[in-house]
Amino acid sequence: MEDILEILENNARISLEDLAKLTNRQKKEVQEVVEKYEKEGVIVKYKAVINRERLNEERVTALIEVMVSPQKDVGFDSIAERIYRFSEVKSCYLLSGTYDLLLIVEGKDIHTVASFVAEKLAPLSNVKRTVTHFMLKKYKEDGVILVKEEKDKRLTITY
Amino acid sequence: MVCQRVKNLPPSGIREFFDLVLGMPDVVSLGVGEPDFITPWRVREKAITALEEGYTSYTSNKGLLELREATVEHLKRKYFLHYDPHKEILITVGVSEALDLALRAILEAQDKVIVVAPYYVAYPALIELNGGEVLYLETRFEDKFKIDLEKLDSLLQHSPKAIILNYPSNPTGITYNREDLEELWAQLSKQDIFIISDEIYDELSYEGEHIPFACLEGAKKRVLLLNGFSKGYAMTGFRIGYACGDEEIIEAMTKIHSFSMLCAPIVSQIAACDALKAQEEVSSMRREYKRRREFIVEELNRIGLPTHLPQGAFYCFSSIKKYGLNSLDFAKRLLLEKKVAIVPGKAFGANYDDFIRISYASSWENLKEAVVRIEEFLESI
Repeated sequence: MEDILEILENNARISLEDLAKLTNRQKKEVQEVVEKYEKEGVIVKYKAVINRERLNEERVTALIEVMVSPQKDVGFDSIAERIYRFSEVKSCYLLSGTYDLLLIVEGKDIHTVASFVAEKLAPLSNVKRTVTHFMLKKYKEDGVILVKEEKDKRLTITY
Repeated sequence: MVCQRVKNLPPSGIREFFDLVLGMPDVVSLGVGEPDFITPWRVREKAITALEEGYTSYTSNKGLLELREATVEHLKRKYFLHYDPHKEILITVGVSEALDLALRAILEAQDKVIVVAPYYVAYPALIELNGGEVLYLETRFEDKFKIDLEKLDSLLQHSPKAIILNYPSNPTGITYNREDLEELWAQLSKQDIFIISDEIYDELSYEGEHIPFACLEGAKKRVLLLNGFSKGYAMTGFRIGYACGDEEIIEAMTKIHSFSMLCAPIVSQIAACDALKAQEEVSSMRREYKRRREFIVEELNRIGLPTHLPQGAFYCFSSIKKYGLNSLDFAKRLLLEKKVAIVPGKAFGANYDDFIRISYASSWENLKEAVVRIEEFLESI
């Protein structure tokens, strides 16, 4: 079953027929497994990895370190929720170390992100401090190297 | 100027066909005998560091002790096989060199060597170059390319010096399970015959664990185990193989190797030490080959190319009998009409002219595209 996940993680658009052939199962069986994963929230969503730099589109990504005060009984969960519900926040992680939350925030330009931090994030009562890092270049994302394509260097026929 | 022995090497139309393929752009190739994966980065990074640190010298003839120790340890952990890193292993430039050394070390003129057919092309050539004679042990599609023990028995009557085994096999992808191996050994052990076991595809076994021939009870002293890093670790260009066996044969091979090769390249040897730690990467490649195997075997049978499920390596040996074309014509037409490259079966034995070898060391997208094209081609014959 792990096999099905490994294939989908790499190619979410594969057809059920092909998925069945690659795993030597019946199409119906594969369909049931995939549906079960979807229902149980193991498969959360199918998405494309997009290299936006190729689109020459103005868009900025920032990593924001956030130091917060945990709250009685709920710890970080409640303040994290206050933050991750903003649509600008694409990812939100609780980390060990010198700060607490790491956010990945996207906006159409630097001002949009800056004003999100200044007007929405920093003023939250439990947020003690933020450090914003703007991303300059993406080399690799979700296991995919974005900067150059690997060419097959083998001879086309050998024993 | 060229000696008769080299002139006698089987001439074949295959070379012309290879040249034709190599000269043609945009071919979808299922004709490649090496992994499509690039060497795991940790191994490449190790090689870069070795160069930076100035490792550019010779090594001991036998190979770096560190690599010999790591390899022997790997065999012990994986197969409970015990070899002495000082006396019973030699690091070579690929399995090809190891095989050549072994044959040079054991063959007197006209000594006979059994080769299981269809065979990897180098076996008969190296035997003949070393003055030996080849006895072909032909296997049949109908028997799933397993060895016919009666045929083996009749060849053993000719008192051969050695037999070369290769499993998982190039070109058929078949391998032997414990029962097959024990039957083989029961027969071979009765006679004074040396067993050269080329197990370069051991990491690419998809049905149960690979069993080295040397693991069979009482067999180890009579077996030369050949293996290396090319296939399982995707390191073909590094050219690192090894031979493990009895002290006497290893010493003889080392003697020849010390004159003809000196040692395997040091950077490659250092990289290979690290490769043994890349088991995670090896198993991820194995899973990917296995998926492709499931896909391609089903598809080949569906479009009309009868194919057994190979248990290892990354090849299918498919029958083209019903199309009435010899394997070279079939391959040429498939190339010219559909731009798909495969290797004609004839390359792996004169009597395998109604087979083709299909390599699935190619991305799934390529395999899919090739299947569409081959299907169109078969319909047009």
